[in-house]
Amino acid sequence: MLLVESLSVAYGQSRVLFNITLDVQDGQVVCLMGRNGVGKTTLLKAIMGLLKLQGGKVSFFDQNLTGLPPHKRARAGIGYVPQGRLIFPFLSVHENLLMGLEGKRNNGSTGDDIEEMYTLFPALKLDPSKNAGTLSGGQQQQLAFARAMIRRPRLLLLDEPTEGLQPSIVQEIEDLIMSLRDRGDTSILLVEQSMDFALGVADHCFLMEKGEIVLDGATHSLDQNLMREYLAV
Amino acid sequence: MEVWALQLFNGLSLSSILLLIALGLALSFGLMNVINLAHGEFIMLGAYTVYALQQAAMALTGDVSSSVTFIMAIPLSFVVAGAVGMLVEAGLIRFLYQRPLDTLLATVGVGIFLQQLARSIFGAPNVQVVAPWWLTGGLELTDGLVLPIKRLFIIALVLVCIAGLYWYMYRSSEGRRTRAVMQNREMAASLGVSTRRVDNLTFALGSGLAGLAGCGLTLIGPIGPSLGTFYIVDAFIVVILGGLGQIPGTILAALIIGILNTVFEFGTTAVVGKVLVFAMVILFLQWRPNGLVRVRGR
Repeated sequence: MLLVESLSVAYGQSRVLFNITLDVQDGQVVCLMGRNGVGKTTLLKAIMGLLKLQGGKVSFFDQNLTGLPPHKRARAGIGYVPQGRLIFPFLSVHENLLMGLEGKRNNGSTGDDIEEMYTLFPALKLDPSKNAGTLSGGQQQQLAFARAMIRRPRLLLLDEPTEGLQPSIVQEIEDLIMSLRDRGDTSILLVEQSMDFALGVADHCFLMEKGEIVLDGATHSLDQNLMREYLAV
Repeated sequence: MEVWALQLFNGLSLSSILLLIALGLALSFGLMNVINLAHGEFIMLGAYTVYALQQAAMALTGDVSSSVTFIMAIPLSFVVAGAVGMLVEAGLIRFLYQRPLDTLLATVGVGIFLQQLARSIFGAPNVQVVAPWWLTGGLELTDGLVLPIKRLFIIALVLVCIAGLYWYMYRSSEGRRTRAVMQNREMAASLGVSTRRVDNLTFALGSGLAGLAGCGLTLIGPIGPSLGTFYIVDAFIVVILGGLGQIPGTILAALIIGILNTVFEFGTTAVVGKVLVFAMVILFLQWRPNGLVRVRGR
């Protein structure tokens, strides 16, 4: 469904992604791994359309996304949970969720969609009129997930969703990703540091180093010692 | 006593016009980071819209101070200035985001162009708009204290505009989108918001508010092609003093600047009064560089 072909990105003069080729199949969880600074976040941003490509192509369900602005990619069915969550701090929880429904075609009522998210994340229902910036880190992450999931994207881009959260919340987020995978109607491209979790959830893994894909394959077929070597600091 | 009350009222009246101008500027400068030096010319556009409509009505019906014309002119001045703002944003300013200094140069050019356009159409001399009968005269509170109806009307007009702006920003979905884009442009785009559309509408709204201010100014005195240049510097000071992009701060700052201006002018001369106000603002910004209202985030 998502196909990235020989994609290159540069910040000014310095190239940060070289010739990346990657694909995500329908219903798959694909994990993108690598040390800090190898270009994982840059790759997700490039897929979302937030960065200009130097070369290469991004397509989604046979639709060529290359050159399309981010909002058209979102409307094509890509949801994005960025690193650091990036909820809108001065919008209420409810308004943040409404932002997730931008440009959604009219099937089903807005109220039902929001109610569904409150059922999934009860912590958000405590005070929906509160500014999202006053929520705890874990609640903000839940809100970022709810905001991305509310329009039922066909592909979710998750950028280190468990980073900087307390262990109990990390467990909740991991359970959520598992349940999304089991439901099977949303594919996931996940950037993750924890190898144990990646091995447990992913169907396919890509490992990056210095802006290139250095190893990829079905999760069970990968050499774990080699993976550890690429991830060791 | 009456003298001071009247000074305070005049200050309030100046504040309200300044506020309308500054709110428009707060949208483009404070929130979109565009230094729009043509903002004064949108005021002028609004003022000439009232004049043009009145002239047209006189040619048709012979009645120059028709109430219907004047009431129609209020929304029209908003629409005309807003539409021109929309064009300027789509045709010029959108190529200059990320380059605030270039927007300054480009909008100076737009301002000169619009001024000259007004001169070519309406002539260089100032013209006068005739107010409808129900706006003439004054409200006599005590013997020495008469409040001009026109100025009361302007204050009411500004209050309605503030209420409208609050409704737009905090109750409508378009306003929610605008606030989201201001807080995080990339994230809003990633959720499906067309940031192009939001930028265009926000700039048009700011220009439209300037147009309304121009409509109000027609009641105070004669209007000319360079009408806006008298107010633009003060309006920028208000936006900076209020804290960038903060509507409550802008309101407070407009009140302070307007009243200080009038009070100082009363005690000294117009020039010395302005110097005193600017000096106070500079001192204040040394103490609180972010202005009156600061945004605190987590």
